[in-house]
Amino acid sequence: MTSTQVVLEAIGLTKHFPVRRSLRQIFRKEHSAVHAVDDVHLTLRRGRVVALVGESGSGKSTVARLLAQLYPRTGGDIRLHGASTSVNGGRGFRAYAARVQMIFQDPFASLNPVHTIRYHLTRALKIHHNTGDDLEAALHELLGRVSLTPPERYLDKFPHELSGGQRQRVAIARALGARPEALLADEPVSMLDVSIRLGVLNLLRDLKERLNLAILYITHDIASARYFADETLVMYAGRMVEGGDSETVTQTPAHPYTRLLIDSAPDPDRLTGNAGELATDRGNGEPPSLIEPPTGCRFHPRCPMAMARCTTDLPVRIEIGDRPGHWAACWLYDQEKAASEGVA
Amino acid sequence: MDPILEIRHLDVDYGLGDRAVRAVRDVSLTLHRGEVLGLAGESGSGKSTLAYGLTRLLAPPGVISGGQVIYHPASGEPYDVLSLSDNGLRQFRWAETAIVFQGAMNSLNPVHKISTQLTDVLKAHEPSMSEHTRQARAREMLKLVGISPDRMDAYPHQLSGGMRQRVMIGMALILQPQVVIMDEPTTALDVVMQRQILGQLIELRERLGFSVIFITHDLSLLVEFSNRIAIMYGGRIVEEAPAATLYRDALHPYSKGLLSSFPALRGPRRELAGIPGSPPDLAAMPAGCSFHPRCPRAFEPCSVTIPVLGRPDATGRTVACWLHPSADAADSPGVSVASGEH
Ligand SMILES: Nc1ncnc2c1ncn2[C@@H]1O[C@H](COP(=O)(O)OP(=O)(O)OP(=O)(O)O)[C@@H](O)[C@H]1O
Ligand SMILES: Nc1ncnc2c1ncn2[C@@H]1O[C@H](COP(=O)(O)OP(=O)(O)OP(=O)(O)O)[C@@H](O)[C@H]1O
Ligand code: SF4
Ligand SMILES: [Mg+2]
Ligand SMILES: [Mg+2]
Repeated sequence: MTSTQVVLEAIGLTKHFPVRRSLRQIFRKEHSAVHAVDDVHLTLRRGRVVALVGESGSGKSTVARLLAQLYPRTGGDIRLHGASTSVNGGRGFRAYAARVQMIFQDPFASLNPVHTIRYHLTRALKIHHNTGDDLEAALHELLGRVSLTPPERYLDKFPHELSGGQRQRVAIARALGARPEALLADEPVSMLDVSIRLGVLNLLRDLKERLNLAILYITHDIASARYFADETLVMYAGRMVEGGDSETVTQTPAHPYTRLLIDSAPDPDRLTGNAGELATDRGNGEPPSLIEPPTGCRFHPRCPMAMARCTTDLPVRIEIGDRPGHWAACWLYDQEKAASEGVA
Repeated sequence: MDPILEIRHLDVDYGLGDRAVRAVRDVSLTLHRGEVLGLAGESGSGKSTLAYGLTRLLAPPGVISGGQVIYHPASGEPYDVLSLSDNGLRQFRWAETAIVFQGAMNSLNPVHKISTQLTDVLKAHEPSMSEHTRQARAREMLKLVGISPDRMDAYPHQLSGGMRQRVMIGMALILQPQVVIMDEPTTALDVVMQRQILGQLIELRERLGFSVIFITHDLSLLVEFSNRIAIMYGGRIVEEAPAATLYRDALHPYSKGLLSSFPALRGPRRELAGIPGSPPDLAAMPAGCSFHPRCPRAFEPCSVTIPVLGRPDATGRTVACWLHPSADAADSPGVSVASGEH
């Protein structure tokens, strides 16, 4: 089955950023670091979309940047078609980038202000040797795909002449122009209004189907993950806490953080009193420190269900059992299993 | 409610002479004291341009080509922001307003720690405050936006996109301004954080009594958190109504389309409609209602005469659409032209 062929894999991916130490720490020979990403596993397959959702600052962009080989990893492995890869700039990086493209979170920073849209897109297209008339036609097609029409209106503009959402679409067009096998899209539609957002997501879906593109879709819009992604993974404080097919994760979330996340999604029906109560957040939403992350389960200081072992033992991935492939890293499910076995 | 900011017939162009395109057209909008006014609309519809225009922060080739922005200070006479002297303008900007720009996550100074950037703002504008108080205020602000105290000494590049966005929100609030304008301030925030920060903002507003203009494409967020919502299309405000009214019963076909394009997180998966067609070209705006080429309900007058916002009705709603001509617009010459063509 070609549609399930693995393109890109992260195995135990870890990234710690060293932080400057105070004199006292140097004196005591303490090393401190931001534990941005710890032991992350994920698999991107041809023609499939994996959504990555989670708290702001939980390490989503860092995962994408590591997969794009923009900086070295602290631990773990990245495999492209099964082969371990690590590239440090230069030609190796360009070859890698032709296969794995990234759309950056911030379209205000990712386009070079001194170059026109034409320049940005042409560079991407040239990776596959488009020239002359072909090139002009390809440029028009690219802009058409992201609803920047008519193309002549945008080609010779500079990034500052475009609105936020227009820039974001240029960034998407640029990534698509390189015709990658895997696309790492970091909040690609965050500045688009719903109707254009829908168009762009449909476009990505179409590309994944026609070109068998493997897509990592980082988003804070969980509803769009439900519609667009085959699989959804949830991160909290540098770790993966839940995963499974998107419908299951969004409709019957298992991990207490995922439940909080799903419950917090804006819901206009709350106004009319048709929505249920919000899940509780025991810690008043205080975000965790990543320099000294909480012991045991990193969510335990905020978790309404926390038990004694949660404060000491790091939860392992546990199959939930409602749907194949649905798992959560939470001790609640271990207990349930123990209880049901106990009864049996 | 008292008005605090009245935008009257504001026009903003990019470029001069016959190469100019009009990005904001004849916008009139009133912000009341203590309210949260949501501004939503299509990408490219002029939301950011409006925000820059009314604070006079437009960079060339942007020019304000008409209108007034009347500010009502807490004490003293109202004045037109657009005719302030440079000195007056500086005062107005810092003491009375704060703006969080779209893409602000990218506008922190890369060479200074975030704690320093916050205390520097205080140092510049409240010179009498002690260093200790400044530090405390900075810490309080960062806590408000959910940044762990052990990250106060981080540099901007060491923070995630959403963390930088949150620092900018803290920076805007630290001087306790009267009017806060936020342009897509939460595009990188997860919903738990969004809810929390907006909750804090509302609480703070109740305590300090400031007013907020909140720009976003995320209507569902606005419906929950704002008092009133204005919808922009093609540089104009096309509908304005109390938040719940707009959600329950939008009148303008564009607002309706916007509301029905939302993927639902709960309930059965449904096919999403979206709004067919593409945004209007500012350099060649359609005649009449600029939405008519995409509007499923367009009829004769729509392609001929521009529908304008009338006076709000009893519920505070006003809409610029020929399907719902307002009472006072019926006396205006616009309609007589249209009805003459029937
Ligand atoms: N410097 C400029 N020169 C020419 N046109 C510009 C310039 N800046 C903006 N525009 C145009 O003005 C229109 C309105 O832009 P604006 O940034 O106000 O939109 P917006 O509603 O904020 O959109 P978004 O939701 O995508 O941020 C857009 O069509 C844009 O292309
Ligand atoms: N260069 C760096 N040095 C130190 N810390 C860093 C660096 N880059 C990122 N971090 C930290 O790593 C953590 C994860 O950041 P990341 O950008 O991956 O988060 P994210 O999940 O993408 O968040 P958001 O949704 O807000 O964009 C954050 O605490 C951030 O401060
Ligand atoms: S492991 Fe414990 S603290 Fe962590 S989410 Fe599960 S119940 Fe809560
Ligand atoms: Mg990020
Ligand atoms: Mg904008």
